[in-house]
Amino acid sequence: MTMKIRTKPYGEMEISERQRLIFPRGIFGFEELREFALLDAAQPPFYWLQSLQRVEIAFVLIDPHFFRPDYSPDVDPAELEEIEIRTPEDMLVFAIVTIPEDSSRMTANLQGPLLINRRTSVGRQSISTNPLWGVRHTILEELALARRGA
Amino acid sequence: MLILARRIGESIMIGDQVEISVVDIKGDQVKLGINAPSQVKVYRREVYAAIQEENRAAAAAAPRSLPHIEGLLEKKNPEGPAGGSPQLPRKT
Repeated sequence: MTMKIRTKPYGEMEISERQRLIFPRGIFGFEELREFALLDAAQPPFYWLQSLQRVEIAFVLIDPHFFRPDYSPDVDPAELEEIEIRTPEDMLVFAIVTIPEDSSRMTANLQGPLLINRRTSVGRQSISTNPLWGVRHTILEELALARRGA
Repeated sequence: MLILARRIGESIMIGDQVEISVVDIKGDQVKLGINAPSQVKVYRREVYAAIQEENRAAAAAAPRSLPHIEGLLEKKNPEGPAGGSPQLPRKT
């Protein structure tokens, strides 16, 4: 099953039904937006989270492990239970990326990870209880450190 | 806004399931104890506000075309910015 959607980065496109995600509580600051599509960006390692209700709202996502191999979201287990994540295999984790004019300064929000149950396509934004994770991690600096350490 | 005066050891109830008690007061800092069901999320206001704010900034900034990370990395001096890169806390 495919569906036609309008997207901010790519205009009109077809997606598979499996790419459609429901965030029953929206995300913080956008509580009214519940339906999204998860798109592979033309430039890996990014993804797009496109609102299906407001075409002008689309978030750039990244898998936090790409630049922080040690990342774990460390959220309250009740938040995992809320979207029926019972095993690590159920869970997809993304961080929202903020890209300023100087894109080399782009940051990822590791304190407010997006958790998605890949069985049910239901997701939520959680708040990490780990004080290591802040809302603005500079991706390139931490990636350089991770590679040096590897 | 409802304003209540409480002493150490006293508490208030919000509904019949959320209890907030004053555990300690030192100078301008108040320690609160919170008893609430697990589905009631309790955050420091500034954490919640910071994530909301960052989401808004991310949505406003999202460009139509994305940068190439490898390209950006190559452009950067491999020794990092002048003065050295900041030491990040690592999980052990």
